[in-house]
Amino acid sequence: MRRQIASPLLALLMVAAVVGPAFACAGLVAPNGSVRLLRTSTLAGYHNGIEHYITSFAFQGGGAKFGSIVPLPDIPKKVTRGGKWTLQRLAQETQPPTPQPTEGPTAGGSNDAEELYETEIDGLLITILRGGSQAVGRWAKDEGFNLTPDAPEVLRFYAQRSKIFMAVRFIPKKAEKKDLAEGDGVPIHLRIPTDDPWVPLRILALGKRPYQDISADVYLLTDIEPAILPAPAEPGRGGLIQERSEQASDSLLDDLRSDKGMGWVPAEMWLSYYRVALNARNLTYDLAIDASGAGSPSEEDAYGKPDNSSNSPQHSDGSRFLYSVILIPVLGFGFMRGVRSRAKRRR
Amino acid sequence: MRCRVAAAALLIAAVACAHDGSGAADREVQVKLTLSRFVPDHFEFKAGTTVTFVVTNRDPIDHEFLIGDEAAQRAHELGTEAHHGAKPGELSIPAGETRTTTYTFGEPGHLLIGCHRPGHYAYGMRGDILITD
Repeated sequence: MRRQIASPLLALLMVAAVVGPAFACAGLVAPNGSVRLLRTSTLAGYHNGIEHYITSFAFQGGGAKFGSIVPLPDIPKKVTRGGKWTLQRLAQETQPPTPQPTEGPTAGGSNDAEELYETEIDGLLITILRGGSQAVGRWAKDEGFNLTPDAPEVLRFYAQRSKIFMAVRFIPKKAEKKDLAEGDGVPIHLRIPTDDPWVPLRILALGKRPYQDISADVYLLTDIEPAILPAPAEPGRGGLIQERSEQASDSLLDDLRSDKGMGWVPAEMWLSYYRVALNARNLTYDLAIDASGAGSPSEEDAYGKPDNSSNSPQHSDGSRFLYSVILIPVLGFGFMRGVRSRAKRRR
Repeated sequence: MRCRVAAAALLIAAVACAHDGSGAADREVQVKLTLSRFVPDHFEFKAGTTVTFVVTNRDPIDHEFLIGDEAAQRAHELGTEAHHGAKPGELSIPAGETRTTTYTFGEPGHLLIGCHRPGHYAYGMRGDILITD
């Protein structure tokens, strides 16, 4: 990292800042069932056909287990710990430099999911899965996730497009051994070879009440200015708000490049920064990206496949209220051994 | 002759069994639970009809199929019964499985179907049954 950022004072500032914007995807819940919806920060960098998806998962402490499920556009070739300052440095570049206060709680395929890859990173157990919505749902249920009633529909929305999912769970004892305090985030870096990058957003609404606020930061780094779907919201309105769209500064790229695992950042990139600010019932889309210069982001990547199934029930807005709780791994520590032994048996 | 009588009796018994399904029902109705919804979610029966509901849960999560009026639905919503299956018109259906229940609709009126797993009823997992004269 460059010397100016490595100064102790600035490093402290960054550690403080990560508590604000850099948190996990897909909702985390407390053991009593209350949703701890934390603001998500994600970087999707796209260069040489690789989507670099970097996000952070926050440890909730208390000895409880927490989990998230994140849909992915394709199979990652590598999952590693993310760099120490990439997300914070992006926040510093695009948002006021003072630390932001923590917002706290804000308002069918095959039968079995295939475990493609499993790794542990700083107290996080990460499993890459391939399977249809039924299979992944069953896998999650078997592994102790408590799926909310909207989960079947949301999983199907994603599985129609990509059958790759990432399940992330904290292992409390290991997280505590790493001296993670409640709220500390663990950044994860996935390198996903794909010609079709997109960023999952709808998953952020999973398990939320319809009028619950969803708040997230999405950074894109692309070789050229990307075309995206949906179009950014008009000024003053909620939705997907474009805060920045500009040539990334040399100092930003130098700082990012000097972080662990970020050597892929080329000399020039286009920086886009979007803020997601809307209520859960309106978050029905993902962020589709066309970074090729053709200017035609995929409608399917943004809005999913049109559903012509006669068995697909229609959800009335009025009926989607007051449900809560997302994915609660309810089993104790013993279940980790179960995962291991099952994984070994499968091998 | 005895053989013919016995064969005829067997045939009559077989037809009778085919007619009443579970042995008592006038009708058999298939219900799918998919994407946390009842499909179909509206039924109409004549008073006095006995119906066997064959309920298939196509979701990867557990559901319930509970027939009752509004007061019964409220009671289920607040209740703590982890499993249903002993009473007519009440089922717990594990993910991916099928269960049946037989229920006789008495007086004309209106009943509801609900799933009272946490958050499911509020999400919209409900249906209605009209009982006519």
